[in-house]
Order: sequence, then structure tokens, then C-alpha cells
Amino acid sequence: MTTETRPPEAADSTGRGVHSPGRAAIAQRHLRLDRWWLPQAVTAAGLLLFIGYSTWRAFFGLHTSYAAPYVSPFYSPCLAANCPKMAGGADWALFGGWWSLSPALIVLIFPLGFRLTCYYYRKAYYRSFWSSPPACAVAEPHAKYSGETRFPLILQNIHRYFFYVAIPVAGILTWDAILGFRDPQGHWGHMGLGTLVLLVNVSLIWAYTASCHSCRHIVGGRLRHFSKHPVRYRLWTWVSKLNARHMQLAWASLFSVGLADLYVYLLATGAFSDPRFF
Amino acid sequence: MSYEATFRVWRGDAEGGELTDFQVEVNDGEVVLDVVHRIQATQAPDLAVRWNCKAGKCGSCSAEINGRPRLMCMTRMSTLPPGETVTITPMRTFPVLRDLVTDVGFNYQKAREIPSFIPPQGVKPGEYRMQQEDVNRSQEFRKCIECFLCQNTCHVIRDHEENKPAFAGPRFLMRVGELDMHPLDAASDSGLDRKATAQEEHGLGYCNITKCCTEVCPEGIKITDNALIPLKERAVDRKYDPLVWLGSKIGLRRG
Repeated sequence: MTTETRPPEAADSTGRGVHSPGRAAIAQRHLRLDRWWLPQAVTAAGLLLFIGYSTWRAFFGLHTSYAAPYVSPFYSPCLAANCPKMAGGADWALFGGWWSLSPALIVLIFPLGFRLTCYYYRKAYYRSFWSSPPACAVAEPHAKYSGETRFPLILQNIHRYFFYVAIPVAGILTWDAILGFRDPQGHWGHMGLGTLVLLVNVSLIWAYTASCHSCRHIVGGRLRHFSKHPVRYRLWTWVSKLNARHMQLAWASLFSVGLADLYVYLLATGAFSDPRFF
Repeated sequence: MSYEATFRVWRGDAEGGELTDFQVEVNDGEVVLDVVHRIQATQAPDLAVRWNCKAGKCGSCSAEINGRPRLMCMTRMSTLPPGETVTITPMRTFPVLRDLVTDVGFNYQKAREIPSFIPPQGVKPGEYRMQQEDVNRSQEFRKCIECFLCQNTCHVIRDHEENKPAFAGPRFLMRVGELDMHPLDAASDSGLDRKATAQEEHGLGYCNITKCCTEVCPEGIKITDNALIPLKERAVDRKYDPLVWLGSKIGLRRG
């Protein structure tokens, strides 16, 4: 039986969003009982951790960016003259000697742009940092919203150009991992724990890059007749399978690139020596 | 086994209303809609609730259960925290008519704004021939039961009433995507560029792909990954890709 009728709580005075005229008069901005804030908090903490670590390493890590035969993924390719000499590695002084800041800054802008405009990361930071929305069916705090219709967020549409650049960057990191099959003196046919770290890292970076929504579109998604393009259809189905794991791959590759850099840093500072397998 | 549960149901109309508490019996295996019907049968015969199939196929009983947009007929009582009050409100994006019933006319208006399928010239109904791999994507979108939970949860219109004229919402952008991927749709032959209209007339740019539409879809349609993002990429093809632009200028690609 009816036990209680609650008088409406003080109505929200904004009169917008879920409190717009005509909608059900419910004072609360949301009625969710679960811990809807937890995924956003964990996401924000994870991203802030990486931003803090990578900023420190990008600005101050030049002298600990190479521990033969391993190079930190933050510093490859290294395009300034102040790079450490990396035997066989991608230390191409394309920028010459005038660049006095950390050479990581020249290159990191591309993976940074790739991840900033990535469809998964957009969801992550729109929710975690901008509360747009904080969670599903939880009212956002903003009075106005124009989404990605105007500057600067309309620039999110350049994601595919960062994807194009991400492919050669991943190729260079692959070469770096292959160089890990040398000993510190440069002789081939050796392997250490660092080789494994770089291989895992570059595999995850390739998986993340290939699972990208732009990649999925370019390899076949843009077609209307898959039946007329069987090879591209097959590629599209493979990328679609990876694409379903895009979020997991985004996080796995983010942490692996940080851990690969940390490994090189620890070797370069002499914290421990690289265990050699053969 | 039965137990007594507390339900808090929003009752009222466009003029105002309140959450009303009910103590009601719940039996094993029941869904929220069963309990709402029991309230209606035993305590509040004038409680307005829209329902039809009780099988998650008609899309009528959309509401918000403990603040989450869901179908009442597909929400098992056993999945809700035991002992806690169950709060049910109407969808909070649309004007309320009475109790749990809202006016979803906004969605029908948006549906009318999407130009329908245009068959190719010279092909009559019954003569359409398509390969299965060409229609797989569209068929996923055809599972939509039009419960409008995705429209309800989308913050673009839920939190910004002023965006309603400009934004079609995920369900109808998915419809545009479905038609643009359709192997026989001849819209472009009649001068209709669905990629352009998605962006310029149906508000594709408002979507910031935060995936709430996908989260609430009772049919499990991957609205964001399979419809909205591909549609955004198609718009990029057309408008922001200099390679495509160059190709169209020198006659290699259709613009």
C-alpha cells in the first residue's frame, strides 16, 4: 500500500537540462545509486600518472634515454644534434644543432596528438576531466554545449593524419626492438630482458595503432560494397576484431611505453644491469 | 520465495509531481515491470505506465530505474541491490505526460527529417539483390526497437534542451549511417549527400562519442563504434581529408 508521499524537494532554479519545463519535476540531478564516479576517477588517475611521468622524462630524460643496445621509446626517432649516439638507431639530426630543448619534444607531439584525438581517449577525458557527461544519465555542469562542431574541438577530425604518422613511428620502434637483439658492444645474436620489454611494447603499440577507428575506416569501412573488395573486407574484419579491444589496447600500450622507458632509465642510471638470456 | 520491497515511483504530470513510496510484494523471477503492474493492480490503479510486449522487443516500457535508463521488462529484480529502495522515474529527456509516460514525439519528428531509402533507378521492389556481407552492418542497426533509451541518455539533448532542434540523436544518426552504408541506396544519384546532411542538418558534430547510447542499448547495438564513428569518418573523408579533396579535384575520387 502507499506508505508515504514525498513533497518535491527544492526545485533546481536553473530550469535547464533535466530541469527544463515540461520534464518530470525531479529535484535531483541524477538518481544513480552505483559508484558511477569510480571509472572516471580511475581513468583520471591513470592519465595524470602517465602525463606526470612522461612530462618529467620528456624534459629531463635525455641523458638517460639510451642504454646500449636499448633506446627509450620517448626518444626515438631522435631528430636533434644533442641526441646520444645510438649505433644503428634512429638518431637522425634532422633538426641540426639549433634545437637546445629535449629532442623528445619534437617527436612526442605526434603520438600525443594521435592519442589526444583518439576516439577512445576522447571519451575518457571528456568524461573524466570535462564532465561532459560525468557518467551516463548524470547531469553535466555546463550551461552550454556545442560538442565537436566548432573550434577547437572540431580539430578532433584530424585524427587520421596522426594515424598516418603513427605508422612510421611504430615502424621505427620496431627497428629499435630488433636492435635489442645485440649485446651492448653491438654484436648480433643476443637477447636480454630489455629486448623482451621493447618487443612487448612495440607489439602493443602496433595493436593499438591497427585497432584505431580511422584505420578501420581506411582499410575498408568507407566502402559500400564489401563483396566487390574481398581483400579489404577481410582486412576490415580483422581490424574490427582488434577495434573491439581498442580501449584495452589504449591502456596496455600507454603503460607499456611508460614501462619500456622506465626500464631504459633504470639501466642508464645503473640501478641494475640487464639480465641477458643469450 | 517472496519478499517485501520498497518502490519509489514518480507520479505527476507536466505541472509537477513527486516520488511516491510503495511497499509491494516481489516474487522470484520477476522483473521491474511485473512489480509496477502489481502496484497498479493493488494500490494505484491510476498509475500511468506504457508497456506492450513484456519481452524487450516493443521498446515501450523505457524508464529510469535507480537513475539508469532501462527497459522495465528487461530489468530483473534479482539484479538490483537487495533491500534497497527501487526508484523509478520517467525518461528525463522528454516532456512528461503522466507518471511514467513521456511524450516521445521529438523522436518521430527527427525520424521524419531523415530522407528515406532511395532505390536505384530501374530496379523495382522485389528486384533488389544484395550480398550478405554488404548488408551485415545495416542489419545490426535494424535490430533497433526504438525504445529511445539512447536518445534519452544522450547528454547533448538530455542536458541541453536548446540542442534539440539541431541534433537528431544517436538513434537517427545511426539511421543516416545505415542508409549511407546501404549497398543499394541511390541518394547521391539524386543529389543527396548523406554524409553532408549528417553533419550539416542532423548535428553529427554534437556527438562527442562518450558511448552512453551504446551502454544503454537493450539490443546491444554498438551504436558508437559501428554507426556514429564510421559516420564521423565518412564526414572526414568528405570535408577534412586533403588527399580525398585532391583526388576529387583531379578526378580520381568522387567528392
